Amino acid sequence: MSDLNNLTIAEARDKLRAGDTTAVELTEACLSAIDAADALGAFVHKTPEIALERAKAADARIQAGDAPAMCGIPVGIKDLFCTKGVASQAASGILEGFKPEYESTVSQKLADDGAVMLGKLNMDEFAMGSSNETSVYGNAVNPWRRGNDDAALTPGGSSGGSASAVAADLCLAATGTDTGGSIRQPAAFTGIVGLKPTYGRCSRWGIVAFASSLDQAGPMTKTVRDAAIMGTAMMGHDPKDSTSADLPVPDFEAMLTGDIKGKKIGIPAEYRMDGMPEEIEKLWHDGAEMLKDAGAEIVDITLPHTKYALPAYYVVAPAEASSNLARYDGVRYGHRAKLAQGDGIVQMYEKTRAEGFGPEVKRRVMIGTYVLSAGFYDAYYNRARKVRALIKKDFEDVFAAGVDAILTPATPSAAFGLGEMADADPVQMYLNDVFTVTVNLAGLPGISVPAGLDKQGLPLGLQLIGRPWEEGDLLNTAYALEAAAGFVSKPVKWW
Amino acid sequence: MLDHLAYEAPKPKVIAGATGDWELVIGLEVHAQVASKAKLFSGASTTFGAEPNSNVAFVDAAMPGMLPVINEGCVALAVKTGLGLKAEINLFSAFDRKNYFYPDLPQGYQISQLYHPIVGEGEVIVDMGPGVARRVRIERIHLEQDAGKSIHDMDPHMSFVDLNRTGVALMEIVSRPDIRGPEEAAAYVGKLRQILRYLGTCDGNMQNGNLRADVNVSVCRPGDYEKYQETQDFSHLGTRCEIKNMNSMRFIQQAIEYEARRQIAILEDGGSVDQETRLFDPDKGETRTMRSKEEAHDYRYFPCPDLLPLEIEQGWVDDIAATLPELPDEKKARFVNDFGMTEYDADVLTAEAENAAYFEAVAEGRDGKLAANWVINELFGRLKREDHGITESPVNPAQLGGILDLIAKGDISGKIAKDLFEIVYTEGGDPAEIVEARGMKQVTDTGAIETAVEQVIADNPAQVEKAKQNPKLAGWFVGQVMKATGGKANPKAVNEIVAAKLGL
Repeated sequence: MSDLNNLTIAEARDKLRAGDTTAVELTEACLSAIDAADALGAFVHKTPEIALERAKAADARIQAGDAPAMCGIPVGIKDLFCTKGVASQAASGILEGFKPEYESTVSQKLADDGAVMLGKLNMDEFAMGSSNETSVYGNAVNPWRRGNDDAALTPGGSSGGSASAVAADLCLAATGTDTGGSIRQPAAFTGIVGLKPTYGRCSRWGIVAFASSLDQAGPMTKTVRDAAIMGTAMMGHDPKDSTSADLPVPDFEAMLTGDIKGKKIGIPAEYRMDGMPEEIEKLWHDGAEMLKDAGAEIVDITLPHTKYALPAYYVVAPAEASSNLARYDGVRYGHRAKLAQGDGIVQMYEKTRAEGFGPEVKRRVMIGTYVLSAGFYDAYYNRARKVRALIKKDFEDVFAAGVDAILTPATPSAAFGLGEMADADPVQMYLNDVFTVTVNLAGLPGISVPAGLDKQGLPLGLQLIGRPWEEGDLLNTAYALEAAAGFVSKPVKWW
Repeated sequence: MLDHLAYEAPKPKVIAGATGDWELVIGLEVHAQVASKAKLFSGASTTFGAEPNSNVAFVDAAMPGMLPVINEGCVALAVKTGLGLKAEINLFSAFDRKNYFYPDLPQGYQISQLYHPIVGEGEVIVDMGPGVARRVRIERIHLEQDAGKSIHDMDPHMSFVDLNRTGVALMEIVSRPDIRGPEEAAAYVGKLRQILRYLGTCDGNMQNGNLRADVNVSVCRPGDYEKYQETQDFSHLGTRCEIKNMNSMRFIQQAIEYEARRQIAILEDGGSVDQETRLFDPDKGETRTMRSKEEAHDYRYFPCPDLLPLEIEQGWVDDIAATLPELPDEKKARFVNDFGMTEYDADVLTAEAENAAYFEAVAEGRDGKLAANWVINELFGRLKREDHGITESPVNPAQLGGILDLIAKGDISGKIAKDLFEIVYTEGGDPAEIVEARGMKQVTDTGAIETAVEQVIADNPAQVEKAKQNPKLAGWFVGQVMKATGGKANPKAVNEIVAAKLGL
């Protein structure tokens, strides 16, 4: 069976348990798919030896009858996760050659459940970007194309490699991270499901930090059921991360009844942006209708501070990033610039960081440094913190009024062409996050579900935003939406 | 009971200048290493003197993706310190990042507490002699990480970094500018050190850098400081300079003295003092510019997003308060009141908690003044000759107490007691047994003394005649009797019998 890589997690799990296939077969199918897909630029470090070794171990576990849901499931890991003994570079030149001596908590939890790591996935450098174009490895490419146009499209970002790999069936699922939309936007651009859990659900330990108060790992999968299965495996309290929540993680898959009768779904007025493409508007409207048909009550809501979210995000995230990235100084690991005679420590810092960081990372480090500097702190950082509190309160008010979930478009457009934004103002790129950043600022769970195709045949996603810690309920609503939307399209293989 | 004895404030140090008198205003930031076995945010050891870079966790080396987790033990010790300084404990505090680049600061930021320190206002009573003390207000204490060590003199081309100290917990204890002279500043550090050692929250080892101070110095005209104290308006005070990182009380005094005179010279020349950070050069006895105000870092402080605010409960603080030992001020007051000793003696005995405990063990059920005399003069004097501390004393409190008991019973004289002390000090053993075995016991048997006195009188008729004319000569007879009895006769009894037999 050469198409085992096309399976979902749930399907593969059932086949593995039934003895219809083995983890080794599954893994080999994925490894061949990966080898044939270099044109997608999704996998940047392949780990076939580790994969086969883990697959064999998984098969033994399955045979012994001790097999968690993720056991034997081949997955890709975003390069932002530190993986022991395996290159972990955050797609940055500054971490050239860096192989950590430790494994991130999330990837360790997956490994403990028997998941098989196929390799590391492309991304925007330090997760800063919405198109995967800032990666030191080069672009990841969207397996989807516009009609018969063979122009390469972005898979979105920053988890672009993860999205591309899952959409192209190179793996059954992948890990992503989401600071302002980095799971949900690429999921929408590639027709897959992306879940950003409540802040504090997944441990951040061992994940290269971008903006610590916003970063959150999550699953990127082919279906909502898979997101539930993989999400359960990834989440959980970690004493090594002080911001990790000490709460039990339910079996999310068991909560997928598809019954959303009586659920109140809010449609926020402020997400109806000027100049929003008609297709997006229609998709949103259709999504609401589908949920209504499934028995939910659709209510108009208001999140009045939404318009300040993007500016606040682009103050808070760069501020934290400027500090988080200070450790990449060439002293202890990663890239160190060759120094000239007479160069001192300052020259070492300057040359190392000038060579090691790409332009987008530099831009954000500079923005962050500026907004934290004496005399500007109150005008920028402190004000952004206040805005953030107001945005959080907007959501709290809506949930307190009985709303169970909020439906919005996931992105303001379908996937755009690689290089199309090269000459644009960077703010144009930042606008990609307009529907997703509020969720990170408020620390809420959000999920992107593929809901349709645009005129050019590209996937479009809808976003559902849930109450904090209630991923199970959110996944169930997403499950109903997924069933109603009946999105089954796959990209036509060209690679 | 009184916490401390009554005191008056000392006079501020005055330096006479060409244009009139000047006074000093000093505030200190003391960095005290928390006496914790593990670092503030990692489980790595804090052992001093380990192989370079051997006490380093991934988070200390700022490896990608590593996160800090607060060490509860360090928080408890900071709270205990706050309680010991009679300070307000903030149940809500939070950590901030102080950003700057340096090779021995792997994260590129120090985690500290700028906006919400764990301890608020407190005080230290700095003793400047019997009945004289300065009350120095503590502004705050916050927890922060120490940096590592850069070594620039091991290789002509390279610098080396040792991260063993990186991330070790420090308490920064910030005083108000209430200190008025170099001696007071040194005494303040000494008192703080004493309190921290009593509390067991910092070992106070200045040589290892476990206690070091940044000193802020300014000068003003007489009367200006009082205006500041009335209004708390700093504009009444001069521009200050900060002298960084001093780990000796002597250097602190020298640096302040030098710095004050430097500033006065500038002001008297019609110049103005620049606010800046300076370093003290102990070889030259000078301070010099480290960073001018223009070169000052912009630390870009902001709340550390890796750590939640630190919220502690009053009950937890109360539990810590219940473990507080008696502190130096209270102990000193109690010694003066209960044992009737001088403030000076009480100071000596309470300098270290171990000294005080030793003394109390000796004084228990005995004459406190006598015990104080023996501990201070005989024991401390003897220990000092060999540069030993109380914990190294070969004489334990029971042994010293045994010697005092023999004196009290009249078994030995004070003079014999000193000999006995030396024997116990060098050879050990039970004092009573030694006295018995070596026949050192004082003769109090009046019959034996009478015989001895009669013998001396009989042998010296000429002296007897003289003594009858001049009673002071009785001492000669006493001496002869003591000599004849090998010093063991009870001097009091000899005196009485001699006087009686001579008919004086």
